[in-house]
Amino acid sequence: MSVERDYFLQIRGLVRWLTATVAIFLALVAGLVWYQHTSRGVKEPSFDSKIVVDPGKVQGAPSSEVGYRSKYDSPKRIATYATASRTPLEELQGTITPSDLHFERHHAGIPDIDPEQHELLIHGLVDRPIRLKLSDLKKYPSVSRICFIECSGNFRYGKREMTPGEVCGLTSQSEWTGVLLSTVLRDLGVKPEAKWLLAEGADGALMARSVPLQEALTEAIIAYGQNGEAIRPQQGYPMRLVIPGFEGNTQIKWLRRIELTDQPVMTREETSKYTEKVKNGKIRMFSLVMDARSIITYPAYPKRIEKGWQELRGIAWSGRGKVTKVLVSVDNGKSWQEAHLQGPVLEKAHTAFKLMWHWDGKPTRVLSRAIDETGYEQPTYKQLVKAREARGGYHFNPIVGWDIEKTGEAYLADVEDI
Amino acid sequence: MIRTRIAYLLIGCTTASLTRCSPVDRVPATVHVQQEHTDWSTGLIAYEATWPDKFGIGRPADKKFIDRWDIDVRPDGKGLPKGRGLAKNGAAVYRKKCASCHGANGYEGPEDKLVTDPTGGNTIGNYWPYATTIFDYVRRAMPFDAPGSLTDQEVYDITAYLLYLNGIIEEGNVITEESLPRVEMPAKKRYVLDDRRGGPEIR
Repeated sequence: MSVERDYFLQIRGLVRWLTATVAIFLALVAGLVWYQHTSRGVKEPSFDSKIVVDPGKVQGAPSSEVGYRSKYDSPKRIATYATASRTPLEELQGTITPSDLHFERHHAGIPDIDPEQHELLIHGLVDRPIRLKLSDLKKYPSVSRICFIECSGNFRYGKREMTPGEVCGLTSQSEWTGVLLSTVLRDLGVKPEAKWLLAEGADGALMARSVPLQEALTEAIIAYGQNGEAIRPQQGYPMRLVIPGFEGNTQIKWLRRIELTDQPVMTREETSKYTEKVKNGKIRMFSLVMDARSIITYPAYPKRIEKGWQELRGIAWSGRGKVTKVLVSVDNGKSWQEAHLQGPVLEKAHTAFKLMWHWDGKPTRVLSRAIDETGYEQPTYKQLVKAREARGGYHFNPIVGWDIEKTGEAYLADVEDI
Repeated sequence: MIRTRIAYLLIGCTTASLTRCSPVDRVPATVHVQQEHTDWSTGLIAYEATWPDKFGIGRPADKKFIDRWDIDVRPDGKGLPKGRGLAKNGAAVYRKKCASCHGANGYEGPEDKLVTDPTGGNTIGNYWPYATTIFDYVRRAMPFDAPGSLTDQEVYDITAYLLYLNGIIEEGNVITEESLPRVEMPAKKRYVLDDRRGGPEIR
């Protein structure tokens, strides 16, 4: 064998080896590109290797007086107006609303109240009218209760790109601590002709509502605590009325006056607002109790789901007592299954419901309907319109749902079509 | 001899009790402990039985204090101060303090429409059931950027003006603590009390 021949074979081997290497490399790149295309845009995060940090190798942050949320998961209220913001229901876990994400509704802004300058006057049809400071209220036997507060004007729709919070985020749940109204009134001597109470706030609107005394006496709380701390200014610091199950507007914040009366005062908020048009041209007033309702918070816009098993989640609640059942449909109402309710199920409280669901990748619609202990079944939009001859208004609590497209994207279902 | 017997007895008892009290024996697997404390009012009646008859908390409110705070005005006129309101005077106050939010004629906005016009919407004329509510609300909460700044005279005049603009009274009618509760509002007959009671019927 000549030297040339040997040299030629060596070069040929090298060229073959290089060709094979390049071919394998190109195939790998093509495969990777193909994989990234076919895995529906889900890409590995492309870190610069120099900034990948192992937290196990770094000294952490020191302790602090007040905690903070992870910057990677920091839900915000949906603040559309200066006088209202909504709870992002789809961002929350469990049933307690973090106090700083509790929905807001105020009619003249949030007052800045120094509790030393604040008093609650209780007068009217009582034998002994009194003035109470926050420190006085805290001397009474206390009571804590987990319940929801919902604004009665809590239904929005009209486009597909709406989140659960945008649809009905004017409901939130806290553990409220305070003294039962009945405990305070016991000391004052309620006159037999007292049939109503007027509650009034210390905000710029001097927000005032009349409430039937008997109904308020059973459960109303003059609250000063929310989720373990003082009530937040947006929720009525230093004290507010909490009437479990009643529409939010009656649960007067920044409470400064309670007057026992023999008839309602007929304030603007219980006549020209917080009343709803019903059939035969009538207007319904003192519709105080919140009817049963539910919403699926996952899957929901703007989330996207993947084929396979998922836990469908939501909350249900009723102002008339416990939620006894939540029915869920994953086939646009053709069939309904009973969801699992997370216990303990509390009266007049947000109740978490769940259903394991295997999505086959086909477009469908998911729906939920709440049933409470009175036997009330959350109605459809069509049922409400028929019963009231009105296409909206306060206390509108229709079944809502989400259209799941074949991409896995979820959009608010057309409520008029449910 | 007796000491030895006692010692044996002690050893025997200890051994027996140790054997009997092994964790396996102590937690019978078949007994399910029912948790009853799930309702907010559980045990409250028993707790109340331990309370004194009177708490005596807070301080008495005298008439002077109550009168300063007691501002609500009811449909029967209780709470109205003495006064005389005229639409003509109300027009001047309205232009100065109300028109920027409610429009020159009370229906142009941008905020709540007060006066009925052909374009529809809830107004004092077609939706408010009691005339006394106008006085109560305006005095309580208006104007939005300076709540509680109006005098009773201004509130009376504005009340008369808004009733006049809605065609409910004549321009020359005087609104007083006697006449305001007697003003019949067109919407009053439409109002009904809530009849929802839970249960299967949708209302």
